[in-house]
Amino acid sequence: MSGLPKVAIFKFASCSGCQLEFLNLEPVLLDLLGMVDIAHFVMARSAVSPGPYDIGFVEGSIVNAEDVGRLKEARAESKLLVAIGACATHGGLQAISNWLPMREVENSVYPNPVQTHPLKSFPVSEYVKVDAALSGCPINKYELVEFIKSALLGVTPRIRPHSVCVECKLAENVCLLVSEGKPCLGPVIRAGCSALCPSRATPCTGCHGPSSDCNVESLRNTFVGLGLHQSDITRHFRKYAALDAEFQKGGRT
Amino acid sequence: MESGRIKVDYLSRLEGEAALDVTIQNGEITDLQLNVFEPPRFFQSFLVGRKYYELPEITARICGICPVSYQMTALSAIERAFGVQVSEQTRSLRKLYALSQFIQSHALHIYMLAAPDFLGYESVISMASAYPEEVKRALRLKRLGNDLTALIGGREVHPVTPQIGGFSDLPSGKSLQAVAKRLTVAMEEAMDTARLVGQLSVPNIEWDLTYVALSQQQEYAVNGGRLVSNQGLDIDPADYRDYLHERHISHANALHSTMGNGSSFLVGPLARVNLNFAQLSPRAKEAAVLTGVAFPSNNPFHSVAARAVELVHSIEESLQIIDKLAEPRRENGGYIVRAGCGAAVTEAPRGILSHSYCFNEQGVVLEADIVAPTSRNVHNIEEGLRLFIAKHLDLPEEELRQKCEMFIRNYDPCFSCSVHFLKLRVHG
Repeated sequence: MSGLPKVAIFKFASCSGCQLEFLNLEPVLLDLLGMVDIAHFVMARSAVSPGPYDIGFVEGSIVNAEDVGRLKEARAESKLLVAIGACATHGGLQAISNWLPMREVENSVYPNPVQTHPLKSFPVSEYVKVDAALSGCPINKYELVEFIKSALLGVTPRIRPHSVCVECKLAENVCLLVSEGKPCLGPVIRAGCSALCPSRATPCTGCHGPSSDCNVESLRNTFVGLGLHQSDITRHFRKYAALDAEFQKGGRT
Repeated sequence: MESGRIKVDYLSRLEGEAALDVTIQNGEITDLQLNVFEPPRFFQSFLVGRKYYELPEITARICGICPVSYQMTALSAIERAFGVQVSEQTRSLRKLYALSQFIQSHALHIYMLAAPDFLGYESVISMASAYPEEVKRALRLKRLGNDLTALIGGREVHPVTPQIGGFSDLPSGKSLQAVAKRLTVAMEEAMDTARLVGQLSVPNIEWDLTYVALSQQQEYAVNGGRLVSNQGLDIDPADYRDYLHERHISHANALHSTMGNGSSFLVGPLARVNLNFAQLSPRAKEAAVLTGVAFPSNNPFHSVAARAVELVHSIEESLQIIDKLAEPRRENGGYIVRAGCGAAVTEAPRGILSHSYCFNEQGVVLEADIVAPTSRNVHNIEEGLRLFIAKHLDLPEEELRQKCEMFIRNYDPCFSCSVHFLKLRVHG
């Protein structure tokens, strides 16, 4: 319809919170609409213009065979495929149920589970090639804007690989882990949230997923030293990024 | 159309994934299905075995649009199980917090999801050039709701500060005063919203509707009160499972909710305004006049008017609360974890949300039951659609299809929520 880069937003198993962050960009939303053509965004518009798309954002994890097919179509139609949010990047909270017997999981919600055809929950990268990932539950909307700007300018976006501790120190917070002995996941979690929780007296629970080169084993030992019960340590690591290889080790029972 | 099929494969401008399939033969509806194909996430299964303090955090993730309601309901249920009494300050801040989400959610629905239908656009994006002032107003109102949520909760989607007994961090009196100034300006914009809604021509469809909402004598019920209906229901919300039932039907991943007698019911803004008109703020009652709707109304299309009325109410009550709160003070909220069960119901923007949990003595979840507002409404949507289509069979197919979508959208359904929790399950 216009010469603008075409953007699509695809939804899989998720809460819609990450796609809502596009609409939560109120102060810059009208400017953004002047820069890109939102060609496929079912939550916000009825008209869908067909692919190919310059950027395809994928929200949600993949939990059934039908969605594997839809995901592959989305991949084929998108020049750049971007996983957004903890569900798409790591399988999300729903991947906690991957450790439970499938039959039990289905029966817990539906009296007649034969109709739901579920698989276990997996990140998008389990099935297709992903070009970029914005993690977080939800994604941070400032990172989203930064990412879109970078894509429009054709430069590599600055996605923060370091841990929450870096941003927490910059915010001059007292360390909840060292000074107060609270089980904070900040040392192994990717930044990008401006240390949201520790700045509000709440230990980091890990919604942004693993930082680069995270030393999960060391934090696990620290938690043991704090006197945490084994089952609590497992709960801390088996959450937003339970399927991550390092976090699987950290959450071992 | 006399015979044929109305199909919408992926309903737009609502939260989550659903499709509509209606078959009409010789002027009779032979089949009607609202297919909820939102993939299931089975929250209910993995909540069992988690710790009590994780519930507000984890259940918030059921819905990105109304995480605040999930947090408030989970906390009330846990506090009931542990016998925790919250302070007056916490009660007020929680009400303010819940109202902030009403402002955000209602502004989103009225302007971005519903208005394009009434004004003849496919989306707010294409509406922006013809209605620039209205769209900018929508963005300002929505941002204000979001900013107030973030001021109390830390961020607007999946906030982080709510905890048992209160909040981990409190907004300063100064920051609340700054929001109050914006709320005062927004009050007039909310009244303009009610005027705009009054100008929309809405289809007329009425039937013998049952509606259910929380109700309180002294205030407009959101976080507490008794669960009442226009058909004589009047119960402690904690007993909801004895009166409201769910059943699994083949074409939906969301269960259908019924009253004890098997009839459908409506929850949400229209149910609340119908049942609690007396508790609305003075300006909200003025706004009701501006919408041109005489409440109580049995026309579900008047939900958009009810939303505008609640938008005004939410702003006015927020101002009252901020005035009374002055400077929130840090409180020492201790509590003792104990084995037991607790249930609670709150009003999410889309209607009643119920949570019920049982814990062991370490606070580990043994049972969890959550019923989302849209699960409550799905049965009512199908029932209403049958009547609505039967009345409009003379319309051409394309127009009838659009009208059906509009009818569904009017309930502001959120299929992301409705698919994850539906049934009581006792785990050993």
